[in-house]
Amino acid sequence: MRASVSHGRKAAVGLGMALLLGSPWVAQAQSAAHGQTLFETRCTACHSLDANRVGPALGTVVGRKAGTAKDFQYSPALAAANHRWTRPKLLAWLTDPEKVVPGQGMGYRVDNATDREDIVAFLIAQPQPKR
Amino acid sequence: MSSVVQTLRDATSSAASRRGFMGRTGALSAVAVALLAGQDAMAASHGMSGDASKDVSILNVALGLEHEAINAYQLGAGSGLLQKGVLDVAVRFQADHKAHRDALIATIQKMGGTPVMEKKLEEYAKALKADTLKSQTDVLDLATRLELGAINAYLGVIPAFGSKDLAKVAARLAADETMHYTALTSALGRPLPAGALSFGA
Repeated sequence: MRASVSHGRKAAVGLGMALLLGSPWVAQAQSAAHGQTLFETRCTACHSLDANRVGPALGTVVGRKAGTAKDFQYSPALAAANHRWTRPKLLAWLTDPEKVVPGQGMGYRVDNATDREDIVAFLIAQPQPKR
Repeated sequence: MSSVVQTLRDATSSAASRRGFMGRTGALSAVAVALLAGQDAMAASHGMSGDASKDVSILNVALGLEHEAINAYQLGAGSGLLQKGVLDVAVRFQADHKAHRDALIATIQKMGGTPVMEKKLEEYAKALKADTLKSQTDVLDLATRLELGAINAYLGVIPAFGSKDLAKVAARLAADETMHYTALTSALGRPLPAGALSFGA
């Protein structure tokens, strides 16, 4: 009986872990963690989270109006853009920046859809300012 | 730390001798010739075509990277944190970035574009958080991260170039940055990338 209870507990814990691991929250966290790795290896040549470099700071990009990072000098095309950086817009940008804003300056694309999702998940996970 | 110096010296003397073998006569010449090859027709046309304009945009991003790298090495060199041997190597790597910069500027101008300007050293210091550099390892770590970023950036933009000549040049620039990255990684005692095809993925 004791063994049976123990086995039952183990099964319940196992089920709980499985549910947790399969939950959207965990998937999001994993996605953002992988996105951080991708950000650090692919994006940080030009971008930082909190400083303008060759490209604008990206820590607060989500929800920001395009072409408005403080003190960053944008290309005329991006300075004239009107959209906000929503999740779909960021995904489209990473797929093909030129299609989103013709004449912009970023020649870099992220070919893999999962990688794009993860990078955007990482950006969304950053502490956002009140807008 | 003396092993760091030795590792960097070994890496750079090997690279220098390869360059000597290739007949490199000046900092700008070899790269500039490659960069400028095939761009005359583009420059001679009235205005820039869409592709040429796009290529100039990408080259300007590359130029921005080179400005930043030059200034990062300047910050490292001026930090007082580098041993003499490491400092010599940092200056050597900086010279490579200066050659890249000069060649990119020449190419952008030849194509009818306007090269992006270098910022002030203080601006790079702020953006790169130079005030957090407290040791030689910190400086080498920053340089390593920037070199890795540059490798991935150059490899990443290759498909975006309209000109195959420029795409090839981006690959050559990436090769230089990879040489820097490998030497720095080794000097820091860190493992090389675990698997093949790790760059530009």
